[in-house]
Formats: sequence, structure tokens, C-alpha cells
Amino acid sequence: MKINHQANILPKTLIAASGLLYCPSDAAAHLVTTGMGPVYDGIGHLLLTPEDLVPALAMALYAGLRGRAPGRRVLFFFPLAWLLGGFIGLAANTMPGFPVTAFSFLLIGILIAADLRLPDHAFTVLAVAVGIMHGFFNGIALKAGPAGLGLLGIMSALFVLVAIVSAFVVSLKPPWARIVVRVAGSWVAAMGLLMIGWFFRGQK
Amino acid sequence: MHRQNSTITYYIYLSAAVVFLLWASPSLAHVEQGQAVGFVTGLEHPWSGLDHVLAMIAVGLWGAQLGNPALWTLPVTFPMVMSLGAMMGLLGIPVPGIEIGIALSAILLGAMVLGEVRPKLYIAAILVGFFAIFHGHAHGTELPAGQSGLLYSMGFVIATGVLHGIGITIGTIHCWPAGKLALRGAGAFIAAMGIFFLWRALI
Repeated sequence: MKINHQANILPKTLIAASGLLYCPSDAAAHLVTTGMGPVYDGIGHLLLTPEDLVPALAMALYAGLRGRAPGRRVLFFFPLAWLLGGFIGLAANTMPGFPVTAFSFLLIGILIAADLRLPDHAFTVLAVAVGIMHGFFNGIALKAGPAGLGLLGIMSALFVLVAIVSAFVVSLKPPWARIVVRVAGSWVAAMGLLMIGWFFRGQK
Repeated sequence: MHRQNSTITYYIYLSAAVVFLLWASPSLAHVEQGQAVGFVTGLEHPWSGLDHVLAMIAVGLWGAQLGNPALWTLPVTFPMVMSLGAMMGLLGIPVPGIEIGIALSAILLGAMVLGEVRPKLYIAAILVGFFAIFHGHAHGTELPAGQSGLLYSMGFVIATGVLHGIGITIGTIHCWPAGKLALRGAGAFIAAMGIFFLWRALI
């Protein structure tokens, strides 16, 4: 009799257990890996993260608009600053609670749209500051995954990206082509404004 | 009796196995969910409202009529100020009469194209920028839940820029006499549609 009672409980236990399917635990996010190692994970991270990719492209566009010499300077300073910021990020524990990446969208976008000619040293400082800031966030994000090698991958990808894009813009001769670049800059600035709005809406 | 015991033991092991399988450790996966959808939603959104589409195209047409530098200054002004309007919406800053403002944008921009009005560049930019606030406030904040705000914004801005581009491309017919007339006809159509939108907003 006792055995029969236990046998009746078992299907109920199974049904109750299957109810657990509907209560999954929270998914803990992690970096998407390429499966090809940490360097490629870093490259993949840059190429798949619009918060980083768009300002990097925008910086390359601005460097191209400024001409050959500033373009060459940015080609080296920008990826190195990104790497430096990344190593600082690897050692850091907290994320700034302010939409700094949105401001880099806005700032670089306005500079491109206005085709503003910053002095050479100011332009270099800007590239280094943007590089360090985005690298810092990458360092925090990559800490649990590809870490330093991932940052090296990002730096290499940035070097190639900046070289290709800025050289392309430098080579543009027709006035309308430069205008197209400036229009793209205005779009980046517009995205930055919207990102700032989304951030503050999230704070409410 | 022995057989019954082994059946029970079998069920206990089975239940334990099911429970063990269901009690999975946290899944270390799926970041960035809904990201691509956010981009596509943003890309689609400006096309979903005829009022928005006509006003964007009118900006491009007017820019083409005015020629350089208005040709590109107006399409640069519009998305930036539109984003400012969207940001105001996101911050909860109200803008009165949004639907009326959008309808008036179609009427006035259509009228500018119809009359081939050539104001000073800054006046044209201010006019376009003023109406961009209404468009941004109305459309820029309509992000469906669970989608990426950044990618929605990217899609929204790019689609708006493409609509300007379509207007400018159509506006290139301005170099022919018949094209000039057709452009003014397009302006009249946009203004008439604006009157319809205004009527709908007021009733």
C-alpha cells in the first residue's frame, strides 16, 4: 500500500520538476567568443560593438578630412592610446556611470560635420583621449575573456581600419565627396545625442 | 515485491535525473539580444508615417532647388536637430502640438518647393531645424521594449538621411525646365498632403 502511494507521488514529482523549465535562472552575460582565440575575440568585439566601431570609424573619417600628416599621426596614436586605455581598464573594477561613449559620438560627429580644423596638437590630444576612453571600456569588458591578447587584436584591427578609412578620405578629391563625409559626421553626432537621451531616460 | 521496489527506484532515479537536467547552471550566453531587430526597427520607422516621409523628401527637394551649400546644409541640419527633439522626448520635455507641427512642416516645406523660395541659408536652416524638433520628438522615442536604443537610433538616423537623399536625387531634375515644373508640382502635392494632415490633427 505504501509502495502504491509512493508510485502515485512520482508522476506528480516529475510534473513539478518539469515546472522548473519555466523558471530558468538569470542568464549571466559574457563576451561572444569567435572560437579562434583571444586575438580574434578582440577583433570580433570591436567589429561587433557599434559603441566602439562607430567612433573609431568617425575618428578615421575626421583624420582623413584633416589630411595626410594628421592622418598618419592618428594612425599610430589612436590604436596605441586604445591599447593603453585597455590595460588601465583591465586593472579597473568600476564602470563610470556617465555616457562617455555617447559624448565621443557627439564630439567627433560635430567636428566632422563642421569640418572644423583643430590645431595639430589638439587633434592628437583628442585622438588619444578618445582612444584611452574606449580602450578603458574594452579593458573592463574583456577582463573576463580574452584580456590583454584581445586588446592587442583590437589595436591591430584599429590600425588597419584607421589606415584604410583615413587614406580613402584623404584620396577623395571632388568637393561633393568631402560633403558626403560631413553628412556621415552629422549622422554620428545625431546618434550621440540620441544615446545621451536614452541614457538619461534609463536613469529615470 | 522486489519488482515493485526496483520500479520505484527507477522512477526516483529518473526524477532525480530530470531535476538535475532542469536545474541547469546559469546560461553564459546571449548578450546583445534584440540588437539587430533594433536597427531594423529604427530603419523601418521613418517609412511608416507618410507625414514624416513627405517632410523628409521635401527637405531634399528644397535643398536641390536651392543648390550648394543648402543642398547639403539642410540635410545635415535636419537629423541633428531631429535628434535634439528626440532627446527632449526621451528626457520627458514636452513639446506642444506635435502633430500640428509635423503637418505644418509638410505645408511650409511643400510651399517652399512650390514657390521655389530662396531665403538666406540661415533662415532656411532655422526653418528646417524648427520642424525637425517635432519630427524627432514624435518618432525618435518609439523604441519597442527589449531592443537596443543605440541601434534603433542608428537605423532611424540613417533612414532619415536616405529619405533626404531620395529627395535630393529627385531634385536633380531641377536642371531641366520641365523638371523645375515637376518639382514645383511635387511641392504642391506635399503642401496639399500637409493640409490633409493638419485637418486630421485638428479634428
